[in-house]
Amino acid sequence: MSSEKRLLNAAHISKFYGKAVIALDDVQFDLKKGEIHALLGENGAGKSTLIKVLTGVEERDGGTVLLNDREVHPKSTQEAQNIGISTVYQEVNLCPNLSVAENIYIGREPRNKIGKINWKKINVNAKKLLKRFNLDINVSKNLDNYSVAVQQMVAIARACDVDAKVLILDEPTSSLSAVEVEKLFEIMRKLRESGMGIVFVTHFLDQVYEVSDRITVLRNGQYVGSYHTEELPRVELVAKMIGKDYASLNESAVAGQLEEKAGKQEELIALTGVNGPGTIQDFNLKIGKGEVLGLSGLLGSGRSETARVLFGIDHIESGSIFIKKEKVHFKHSLDAIRRGIAFCPENRKTEGIIGELSIRDNIVLALQTKRGMFHKISNKEAQELADKYIERLAIKTPDADQLIKNLSGGNQQKVILARWLATEPEFLMLDEPTRGIDIGTKAEIQKIVIQLAGEGMAVLFISSEIDEMFRCCRRMVVLRDMKQAGTLSGKEISEEAVMRIMAGGEDE
Amino acid sequence: MKYNINKLSQKQAFWPAVIFLAILLFNLIVTQGVFFRLSIVDGHLYGSLIDIFRNGSKLMLLAAGMTMVLATGGTDISVGSVMAISGAIACSIVKAVDNVALAIVSAILAGLICGFWNGFLVAKIKIQPIVATMILLVAGRGIAQLITSGKIVTVTSDAYYFINGGYILGLPFPLFIVIFLVGLLVLFVGQTAFGLFLEAVGINPRASKFAGIKVDHMLLVIYTISGTFAAVAGLIESSGIKGADCNNAGLNIEMDAILAVAIGGTNLMGGRFSIPASVAGALIVQSITTTVLTQGVPAAYIRVLKAILIVVICLSQAPAFKEKLAAKRAAKSRKAVNG
Repeated sequence: MSSEKRLLNAAHISKFYGKAVIALDDVQFDLKKGEIHALLGENGAGKSTLIKVLTGVEERDGGTVLLNDREVHPKSTQEAQNIGISTVYQEVNLCPNLSVAENIYIGREPRNKIGKINWKKINVNAKKLLKRFNLDINVSKNLDNYSVAVQQMVAIARACDVDAKVLILDEPTSSLSAVEVEKLFEIMRKLRESGMGIVFVTHFLDQVYEVSDRITVLRNGQYVGSYHTEELPRVELVAKMIGKDYASLNESAVAGQLEEKAGKQEELIALTGVNGPGTIQDFNLKIGKGEVLGLSGLLGSGRSETARVLFGIDHIESGSIFIKKEKVHFKHSLDAIRRGIAFCPENRKTEGIIGELSIRDNIVLALQTKRGMFHKISNKEAQELADKYIERLAIKTPDADQLIKNLSGGNQQKVILARWLATEPEFLMLDEPTRGIDIGTKAEIQKIVIQLAGEGMAVLFISSEIDEMFRCCRRMVVLRDMKQAGTLSGKEISEEAVMRIMAGGEDE
Repeated sequence: MKYNINKLSQKQAFWPAVIFLAILLFNLIVTQGVFFRLSIVDGHLYGSLIDIFRNGSKLMLLAAGMTMVLATGGTDISVGSVMAISGAIACSIVKAVDNVALAIVSAILAGLICGFWNGFLVAKIKIQPIVATMILLVAGRGIAQLITSGKIVTVTSDAYYFINGGYILGLPFPLFIVIFLVGLLVLFVGQTAFGLFLEAVGINPRASKFAGIKVDHMLLVIYTISGTFAAVAGLIESSGIKGADCNNAGLNIEMDAILAVAIGGTNLMGGRFSIPASVAGALIVQSITTTVLTQGVPAAYIRVLKAILIVVICLSQAPAFKEKLAAKRAAKSRKAVNG
């Protein structure tokens, strides 16, 4: 490793929060010119903190950061950007109410002599820039007119445009479709060729092996090691990330044990000819007790819309929903909750957590609405419930008094799951329950789902990861363009079959 | 004992209450006890301290209602106008038919309708709260003037005077109104899940809806309570001046109410709230007014003092300032550990 090629070198980095929490403990990380370096670790491993330290969001408490062999100490993202460290965060950090072009040039607008912003130039430049990313959109339209995927691309385009030497991508693919991911990788490779160093944080191991040159693994705030990607087998990588054998994890979640039950269950929920408000069309579904039904499809194919209709968030235009053969009308989510339905929504941050409330309050919330405002859950019962689910779902927290916003994504998801399990539902809908979550927690959640189904709960499982569906479901409905495109069960389920239906091939 | 104080200081109402007591202490020293001198005339207590509670009663009521509105992330700037409407209706009825009970019920009902109207605009029509309540802020005084035909309606009714000027057990009657209504509200918020739901809605209305909270109903109830409390404050006000003055009753008091809530430490962006802390905040605002007046300082200084207060509060709530303070403290404690 010649030092001339070394772009970024961070050594002995430590970071504390308060006195007790050690987020980073003597961590090192180095990045060469023209490489894609994957930064991996479970939730809470310290990836985000390391990135925050490198980009000036947080100040380090110890260690050195060298950029081109010169010590740097950025105090804000702006400062980091000025010295050539650009970041795209997991949650899109742009202004939805500004145009695409404005978002790209905000804070560095080209101006004419008297200081007036040159809008024409902004739009032309933005258009040109996005063309490089194979994105041909109207740049003068507001950003929120476009999908999350496009917004993500705009964020990346913006980060690349500001003369970056180091580009940090924090979970850039979690909201992208397979095609868009490919596009992103193409761009990443192009940037690599131009000599840029790219730090790539992701939970998708496939993507790590597809695009990265080297891997650095963190665990519990400590440095585990750096490896060349081709020299590190997947199983070993996983073992390094979680600190235990992968095999024991893998066998834990097997849907096979439910096989004999498939198709014989007592019917719990049925949809006949349901049309959503400008969303799903003519849906006919049956879900039995103890069944995990998978709902698969591309973004916008009607997956979440189905769940929203079943939960009373969206109102159906025609058709009927039956619970235990009884026709129901949901005017509000509370009606659905009272009929034993639970729903973990896709967007954990905006639709799931109540950030400033404690874990305990977050857990009891749905049970409290189910019981009604005047039947307040006592402090004692709330504490017992919280403790029970913290233990049962292995939520990592010192106690139930912590604010949920301080937890990692995976643990937040578990709290939301606990919120719904506390209502003792008969029918549980999970929309992308494992998105942006480390594999250890992922496997845990899958295991819980199968266990719940084993106890007789009906589950609607929505996920864009097809192999996750294989593990959990014996029957899958594939959606395309707001319609049911096909149903697969048992041995018919295969990646190829699902893809074929999603893509719009023949239905058989 | 130390543990108890620590626990007490965690309560949101702790610091506002301490500040209030500090202001009283300041008065005690500066006036050498005159401020606290209570005289008993005809079995009633008189003195500056009593004035603070009597005159502060309106603000305490408004602050209690406003706390919940602000906790939802909204605001209600119509309370002053609702006070004017309430006073106008009550005085007109007393003058016309001399039925105090009917007057009180009608005035409170009017406040309830005003509050419901605000809630309807915010919850159902989805108008921004500051705009929605501005409608009544502007129209309210007009409505009040229509009721009184643009005149100041004076009343002569001992029963009506009692609302502001009466005494029970030597203490002014408005204090009992506050204790009763605010106590009821605190009980309602604490003993039901209303408080939890309100916090959840204030922090994340969307997630609250997904968790089964009827956000619209919450907003309707909260704005209705705010309007109703404003009507009661209007009764106290008009009873105090023995008539309805549509132009001046409750003028600008909505800002004092918001200030009181802010002093109480409730986040104006919504979320965590404390009604007792806001009541303490109202007492602080009132005691500043009373202090300035009893010290013989020109009344114009009241506004300057309030402005300084606002700056201090904003500073203490600003995230950047808090972080700096926390960092300093952390550095100190680390030094202490290392040293």
